[in-house]
Amino acid sequence: MPDKLTDQTSKPRPSPAGASQAVAGSAAARPGAEGGTPAVEFRDIDIAYGKFVAVRDFSLAIRRGSFVTLLGPSGCGKTTILRSIAGLVDISGGQISIGGRRVDDVPIYKRNIGLVFQSYALFPHKNVFDNVAFGLKYRNVPKADIQRKVRQALEMVRLPGSEKKLPSQLSGGQQQRIALARAIVFEPEVLLLDEPLSALDANMREEMRVEIKKIQKETGITAIFVTHDQEEALSMSDRIVVMNAGAVEQIGTPEEVYETPATAFVADFLGKANMLAGTVSAADQQTATVSLAAGQTVTVASPRALAPGAAVTVVVRPQKLAVGPAATSNRLAGRVVSTSYLGSSAIYEVDIGGRTTIRANTPISGKIAREGEAIDVGFGPADCVLLDENGSRIA
Amino acid sequence: MTRGWTLYDPRLAWILVAPVLLLLIFFLLLPIAVMAVYTFFTFVTAGVETSALTLANWHEFLTDAYYHGFLIKTLRVGAVTALICGVLGYFPAYFIWATTFKHKWLLLLLLIVPFWISFTIRTFSWIHILGEQGLINVTLLKLGLIDQPMQMLYTEGAVIMGLLHFLLPYMILNVYVSLEGIDRTLIAAARSMGCTSAQAFREVTLPLSLPGLAAGLLLCFVLAAGSYVTPQLLGSGRDALFGNLIYDTIMGQLNWPMGATLSIVLFVVLGCFAALYTRYMGMSQIVKGLGG
Ligand SMILES: Nc1ncnc2c1ncn2[C@@H]1O[C@H](COP(=O)(O)OP(=O)(O)OP(=O)(O)O)[C@@H](O)[C@H]1O
Ligand SMILES: [Mg+2]
Repeated sequence: MPDKLTDQTSKPRPSPAGASQAVAGSAAARPGAEGGTPAVEFRDIDIAYGKFVAVRDFSLAIRRGSFVTLLGPSGCGKTTILRSIAGLVDISGGQISIGGRRVDDVPIYKRNIGLVFQSYALFPHKNVFDNVAFGLKYRNVPKADIQRKVRQALEMVRLPGSEKKLPSQLSGGQQQRIALARAIVFEPEVLLLDEPLSALDANMREEMRVEIKKIQKETGITAIFVTHDQEEALSMSDRIVVMNAGAVEQIGTPEEVYETPATAFVADFLGKANMLAGTVSAADQQTATVSLAAGQTVTVASPRALAPGAAVTVVVRPQKLAVGPAATSNRLAGRVVSTSYLGSSAIYEVDIGGRTTIRANTPISGKIAREGEAIDVGFGPADCVLLDENGSRIA
Repeated sequence: MTRGWTLYDPRLAWILVAPVLLLLIFFLLLPIAVMAVYTFFTFVTAGVETSALTLANWHEFLTDAYYHGFLIKTLRVGAVTALICGVLGYFPAYFIWATTFKHKWLLLLLLIVPFWISFTIRTFSWIHILGEQGLINVTLLKLGLIDQPMQMLYTEGAVIMGLLHFLLPYMILNVYVSLEGIDRTLIAAARSMGCTSAQAFREVTLPLSLPGLAAGLLLCFVLAAGSYVTPQLLGSGRDALFGNLIYDTIMGQLNWPMGATLSIVLFVVLGCFAALYTRYMGMSQIVKGLGG
């Protein structure tokens, strides 16, 4: 099946069940993902800095024109992977292909990729025009075409007429736009963005997020975006690669990684899900009854019959929890530890006994529960994900 | 409002600056002012002058080509030394910056090691290398390549050589510091857009390190043009510089008014040069500010 090539991961770690499941499922759900060579493909790459292995067994195929995000905590190897595509670090194993062409021996300057850095990296001694024209100049584009392309790129990033300015005369957001224009003007095969928004303030970040996404769509360029901000990843990506400690945890669409986290790490890293440890007390093909370590018993949907006595973790998103009278199924009696009022919703930390605190984020209906009040929280049997004792999703 | 001292209190600033200010006034400005006054005193005979004001010293300086020759020669030697320093100094600085060798500090330390030996002794050592009985001549004679010693010592070349020896570390450090200020992602960016390493050097590294080179050139020029010990030891009377002329006028002829005049001339010429140069190079300093 031709989709196999696209967005697959080969055995990221001892917990491939969740990961490959998510990918296979998504490929089936995306008939548009038909064949063709992927824009970028990693096969089992390893990258080491001296003795320290920063990335191991990383495999990923990225479809042309898609927007893929590498998401993970600081130091998990995101930048390292981007740099390996650019040729700025050497890989010690595996292979990378850009547009179906192996690039292991292709020097940086011949790889035809656009890079956007967190620190903008505009040439301080060159004006905006010379910055943006830089890549064109080294591709022997005729002068007249350079003029036109630079003007178009500046219009695209909504900074027309800024040709004569020096980078120091621009705001952070403007500098990042110029950096973006500079990276796309020569129509590279791939656009690599390494946390391009993290140096901007919150408002600017929102705006640039939309803008980058828009430009990517308009140009149809393949983009690989690095961030450790889950909101950025969820809102911008066609596909998210969640990484931890140099390895892939899960690959999937934003919905997939959010709704059906493959591992405990993903569940925790994206949206701080509640993790309720317990053991299976009874089970059939569709459901499992779990005795929580906190003392209560819940009945949840299960993809297959589980062995009674098996240790599992029930993962529930704070948004899936109902509070008070709304809690109809799987009611857990508890006491409010803290309340944060957010206007349209409220976040409750509820102590459900057994030293377990559970976090619920619910729309406000009626009066807000105060600290110390007794309260029930509950969730639907299908509103959760079950993880096995290794922290991998049971499928 | 709290009464008393704040961190940026102007009174505090004055108090902190005061000792330096006093030192500068008493040990720099005042002596120079005294010298300036001396230039108008009348020279009677060796060691004797009167405070009768005259323009004779200035007149002599401005009309006597002997002095002009010395001044031009001094500026030329300074400029040649600075330029050679720039060319020779850039490469080691670049090497220290670019090396992946783990113990960079060791390389930087090597630059400072020469300063542990007295400058005068280091200069003297050249006599044993360049002299008639020096290392080079003796070796060449033994090898039969020449049959009588070459005149290397007490030439302008020897003076420039000694000045290079003295000034190179300053140049290397200046260039190194400005290289160190370059954001390396700029080079990665240039490479990713299609530059070879050599092109990235020309487009990014070189222009952004020019301010350090420019500062090094100025420093070397001023130090070389104002030098006294090196030309005294390695140059002869013929190849003395302006500093030696001043020394000779004051200590040899005991002509204090003329010596003062020559001192002020050198001071003003080098000062003006430094001021003009800094102003002219101001543009690149701004660029450096952006780069940092
Ligand atoms: N030049 C280097 N030499 C040695 N180790 C390095 C080097 N660069 C990165 N590392 C290590 O490799 C690991 C991955 O680094 P990388 O920069 O890829 O992380 P990252 O996911 O981009 O993190 P962040 O979100 O903080 O940017 C880190 O543990 C880091 O300490
Ligand atoms: Mg990074």
